[in-house]
Amino acid sequence: MRYLVLEDGSVYAGEGFGAEVDTDGEVVFTTGMTGYQEAITDQSYANQILVFTNPLIGNYGVTLADFESIKPEVKGVICHQVARRPDNWRMQTSLPDFLKQIGVPGIQGIDTRALVKKLRIHGTLKGRITDHVEATDEIAQELQAKDVTKGIIDVVSTKTAYPVPGSKRNVVVIDFGIKHSILRELAKRDCNCFVLPYTATAQEVLNMHPDGVLLSNGPGDPLEMMDAAAMVREIEQVVPVFGICMGHQVFALANGAKTYKMKFGHRGFNHPVREIATGNIGFTSQNHGYAVDGDSIPDDLMVTHVEVNDGTVEGLRHKHYPAFSVQFHPDATPGPHDEESLFDDFMDMIDQRKEAKQNA
Amino acid sequence: MPKRTDIHKIMVIGSGPIIIGQAAEFDYSGTQACLALREEGYEVVLVNSNPATIMTDTTIADKVYLEPLTVDSLSRIIRQEYPDAILPTLGGQVGLNMALALAKTGILDELNIELLGTKLNSIEQAEDREMFKELCQSLGEPVPASLTVHKLQEALDFADKIGYPIIVRPAFTMGGTGGGICHDREELTRICKNGLELSPVTECLIEKSIAGYKEVEFEVMRDSSDNAMIVCCMENFDPVGIHTGDSIVFSPSQTLSDKEYQMLRDCSLRLIRALKIEGGCNVQLALDPESFNYYVIEVNPRVSRSSALASKATGYPIAKMAAKIAIGMTLDEIKNPVTGTTFAEFEPALDYVVCKIPRWPFDKFPKADRMLGTQMKATGEVMAIGRTVEEAMLKAVRSLEIDEKDLYSEEAHQADDSLLTEKLVKAQDDRLFYLAEAFRRGYSINDLHELTKINFYFLDIVKHLIEIEQELSQNIDDVEVLKLAKKYGFSDYTISRIWHENEDDVRDLRLNQGIKPVYKMVDTCAAEFESSTPYFYSSYDEENESLRSNKKSVLVIGSGPIRIGQGVEFDYATVHSVKALQKLGYDAIVVNSNPETVSTDFSISDKLYFEPLTLEDVLNICDLENPEGVIVQFGGQTSINLAAGLAKHGIKILGTSVNDLNRAEDREEFDKIIKDLKLKQPQGLTATTHEGVIEAAEKLGYPVLVRPSYVLGGKAMEIVYSQDELEEYLHDHVDIASDHPILVDDYLDGSECDVDAISDGETVLIPGIMEHIEHAGVHSGDSMAVYPPQTFSDEVKTKIAETTKKLALALNCKGIMNIQFIVRDGEVYVIEVNPRASRTVPFLSKITGIEMAQVATKVIMGESLESQGYEDGLAPEPELISVKAPVFSFSKLADVDAYLGPEMKSTGEVMGSDLTFAKALYKAFAGAHMELPENGNVLLTIEDQDKDKILPLAKRFSSIGYRIFATEGTAKFLQEHQLHVELVTKVHEGGENNILTDMHNDKIDLVINTMGHDLEKNSDGFIIRQTAIQQNIPLLTALDTADALLTALENRSFATRSLA
Repeated sequence: MRYLVLEDGSVYAGEGFGAEVDTDGEVVFTTGMTGYQEAITDQSYANQILVFTNPLIGNYGVTLADFESIKPEVKGVICHQVARRPDNWRMQTSLPDFLKQIGVPGIQGIDTRALVKKLRIHGTLKGRITDHVEATDEIAQELQAKDVTKGIIDVVSTKTAYPVPGSKRNVVVIDFGIKHSILRELAKRDCNCFVLPYTATAQEVLNMHPDGVLLSNGPGDPLEMMDAAAMVREIEQVVPVFGICMGHQVFALANGAKTYKMKFGHRGFNHPVREIATGNIGFTSQNHGYAVDGDSIPDDLMVTHVEVNDGTVEGLRHKHYPAFSVQFHPDATPGPHDEESLFDDFMDMIDQRKEAKQNA
Repeated sequence: MPKRTDIHKIMVIGSGPIIIGQAAEFDYSGTQACLALREEGYEVVLVNSNPATIMTDTTIADKVYLEPLTVDSLSRIIRQEYPDAILPTLGGQVGLNMALALAKTGILDELNIELLGTKLNSIEQAEDREMFKELCQSLGEPVPASLTVHKLQEALDFADKIGYPIIVRPAFTMGGTGGGICHDREELTRICKNGLELSPVTECLIEKSIAGYKEVEFEVMRDSSDNAMIVCCMENFDPVGIHTGDSIVFSPSQTLSDKEYQMLRDCSLRLIRALKIEGGCNVQLALDPESFNYYVIEVNPRVSRSSALASKATGYPIAKMAAKIAIGMTLDEIKNPVTGTTFAEFEPALDYVVCKIPRWPFDKFPKADRMLGTQMKATGEVMAIGRTVEEAMLKAVRSLEIDEKDLYSEEAHQADDSLLTEKLVKAQDDRLFYLAEAFRRGYSINDLHELTKINFYFLDIVKHLIEIEQELSQNIDDVEVLKLAKKYGFSDYTISRIWHENEDDVRDLRLNQGIKPVYKMVDTCAAEFESSTPYFYSSYDEENESLRSNKKSVLVIGSGPIRIGQGVEFDYATVHSVKALQKLGYDAIVVNSNPETVSTDFSISDKLYFEPLTLEDVLNICDLENPEGVIVQFGGQTSINLAAGLAKHGIKILGTSVNDLNRAEDREEFDKIIKDLKLKQPQGLTATTHEGVIEAAEKLGYPVLVRPSYVLGGKAMEIVYSQDELEEYLHDHVDIASDHPILVDDYLDGSECDVDAISDGETVLIPGIMEHIEHAGVHSGDSMAVYPPQTFSDEVKTKIAETTKKLALALNCKGIMNIQFIVRDGEVYVIEVNPRASRTVPFLSKITGIEMAQVATKVIMGESLESQGYEDGLAPEPELISVKAPVFSFSKLADVDAYLGPEMKSTGEVMGSDLTFAKALYKAFAGAHMELPENGNVLLTIEDQDKDKILPLAKRFSSIGYRIFATEGTAKFLQEHQLHVELVTKVHEGGENNILTDMHNDKIDLVINTMGHDLEKNSDGFIIRQTAIQQNIPLLTALDTADALLTALENRSFATRSLA
């Protein structure tokens, strides 16, 4: 028996799998019905304990090629059932073995629907995966006192710059906890990328002579990224910028908008998002616990995308500079490819800027 | 975009009678569509020939036409109604084909009638194999190598080029009728030839087989603003090669990685966008289990069986949304009716597993070819929901209501290894049970994957269940193992079987240990948003979400999967019972396992439990809901069979008591009632040994009617004319024993009729008598019938009414019951009483205007008939005459004898009404697709004993201009009576004018064949019937039907007689 203890003192018992360690994290849920391994390796889940609403995960094993990071920082996996016998032609290992390798504990046999309802009603809660439930009150108090995601970007962001070579456009990528799929999309478009730590200054970025700058996704509270926001404020004046997820929030903060913590966030990939200009709706892959406050949008920005159901700001564009951002993941993985073309928009933006510069 | 205001009146075309490949799902989709259109303020005109449907209720549409679905009849209605538009995409293939046919006649252009939803050219592009292939190629979507052929030789040449195996798919046929996989030239010749003949455009697609690939289906929606989304993804347990309607299916997909899923999702969306579908659409894809290669199998540009399943699996009402899209609304402005807070533009997320298993008719047709392939054979399906794949699968198995209540099959257990292997390699309906048996015998997953090509993951599900089975058998009465078994879906019954205990012992142990199921909500969003859908399933998990309401509630038990003998009629009655309960102020709770039906639409009842209809599962619901009682009279034999068990556990059965139900069903008790009331019935005897049966038959005198006791729909019932035939029957039904005695009845040759009665214990209302067209001997479900009776005298009717009243009172009937009579020489004989609603309820309700199931429900709940405004006795007969005709699915079931007898064989029915009997008959025949040319050729092959009866019929055929074809005996006889007869040689005689050759060469328009008592497969009669079915030639096996057909035909033509 292993347990998930929440900061409100509630306990969920199940059967452990993966690593046999105790961990703390923010308990969040995702509604995706496929893509467990992309989610688990997504650094936006750093320091979080991930609950899968799909009743069964692990059914097609784990494949290195589908990783979204090399050393995932997710703190735990909670599910209803793990497949006994995974099967897929690409699979290299099973989910429990993989979790063991990366030191992440999991619990199966939990009534995940009941847990999700609790998170929906109470909002995100902190939790601990443990073998010990003798002193749940103490655990709850400890959890309450803890800020589990503070400083997390420092953990997941690269410490040193590294290249992802290509032969066309020079793109600097600011790593707040980047998913490989963003790099894959840029590579697909033959970009020559340099990935810089989130601490990169405007000067450091501009020293790379980028044709465009991509602000990546990442975990935690965007308000911790005010230095990065200051950097963005400078560079957006001279180079096209595209922000995704955390990058979107940093872009918003850079231009004077506010962010807030959502009750239980958007995690999953059936969130319909409307592009205001065209009315087109796409299904998007999402993973965010914070959002940009729609009432705080400054004059320089315009809202380009909204979530159809709850009206969350899902996209922004600068009115004067070639800079835009989206809250969701156009790079999908896991999730639908409906908004993949935003990368093409970014490329167009870069090319137009280049042309304008050459003609100038 | 808001809904259109330039159209006001919309015609909806239904799907007609239920046949294999087109079942109750279109009642569900059609009903939803009509209601959705009315909700938006449109006037709805509905046309459907199937009376056994909710959609043909006058409360569903503004105007309901129960008329044949033919171009003629629809044109007449159009010229009467002048609709602004027609919505054709919700009535299955029939509705769609009718719309295409109407468009071709030009009437739509002439009257400026628009087709709503997906445009005609899109439909053609999706349905025409060649056009579809071109579209796929232009989109870069891979399709298997294929060629459209119109001649057999083209198919053979193509096959030589690309190699076998080859799949044949006839164009524009339903459920893949006539298609199949061919492994060699001979098979291809046979199947392709047949397919070309069945295709209305003489066209087949010859395709490279991709058997063994994973089969994945997407239910997709798109609106006119090009918003497109996936409602549901379903993955087949069985790899490509078995029709998806005959496959075990899971949702969500189980073995697809995100990469694979998204790749296939992209493909589905590209297709629906390219086709410009407006509404729902089904995309079938095949994925190589060893690479990212995939193929597009097909697209159904309309609401389908799969979309009904997807709607129930996700809670997302596809047909309703499709109807709203058809009138111009877009997905992002329609509210999601499940959550009420989100929009319809939302891809549902499931937090449970759904398993669908087809329900095949082979329990009725043991001699049929049970091989599964590209031709769908199932008549219905069950769905089950669980929190584990194992649980969903076991719940689905016990929902089937077949002999196997779990993964144990006695037959599989008895099979030797070679038979077992064969059953695994060549999939039949029972493969799942053989898989389980193979694991019990120690076969490895690898062995079984080799034999079946079923994915390892799925095989392991079965293996896991067998392991738990073994753990159970080693740990009798162990509570922990019991918990484990319950979590993975084991029923108390199964556990008790393994533990060699009573089912109640297991139940008691379970309840004592507090092991009870909880009920989880189906909400489309995996609990992410708050919703209040009253739609639940059970699981052995932690939190219960189904809360008992403060109102008094009544549980109505549905009728389970559609099968022969228990069709959509019972769903109709169930839904009406629910309506009546709601009118009386009760919360109506429905439990049912059939995803195709209206009753499992969660918006119909106050609460829906999607659960197997077993004692355990129903008791569990009762334990939670504590209803006032349970109504069992409307769910056919399924619910009646549960009554005794429920009562034994202290659940109140509302209406007729269990004791009285038993008195009607138990032969001895019933005989006693008949004697006490001094009523007449055919003499009958019961025997428990071979010798006893033969003795009984001799005592009564041949012919006799034999059948096992306690069976449904005349299963294994036969009329036997001699001792030889009786011996053969006994040989085929060896399982007689003292607890399964055989009933032997005197076979009375007379007119048969059906009577439904509603009784409150004092007043007995008889809404109507339905007179059968065929004499006794043809099962009532297979016979044509007319209301009001055409040949009964007032005296006979009075006798029937009096007898009915006596029986209803003697049986203490409270609610509804059905009696079958034989009328002979002015005497009335009681054949049987069913203490429940019968399949005639919807038909009679519609033509008499008495909502029988509702009236009966009110009676059951204590409202007297008098207080409802009804009087004792036979209700007044209306002016209109209505005829019911059965519809069969023989063309989908190889080796099933089409000869009609006491065992029911039809899958659906149609109705024709008019002011004269002949016209009503004509409409009924037309509705059943028995349309005959003005003058044609009729082939008569008649049993000797029928020769006298055929003469007048032959004369009548002759006088309306039909040429008569017959073999020697019949020909000679008719020629002796001055009739012009073409002589044909017998089946095995060959020669130029061979009977079969003539049929193959389309020389014959109608076959009348009564050579029925010779039941051997290779007998002439059987071969002639099979050929007629294969050649799509109308076939009659009873002379009474022929008489009726002649009456209809004569009415249409002029009598041509010389003056002297």
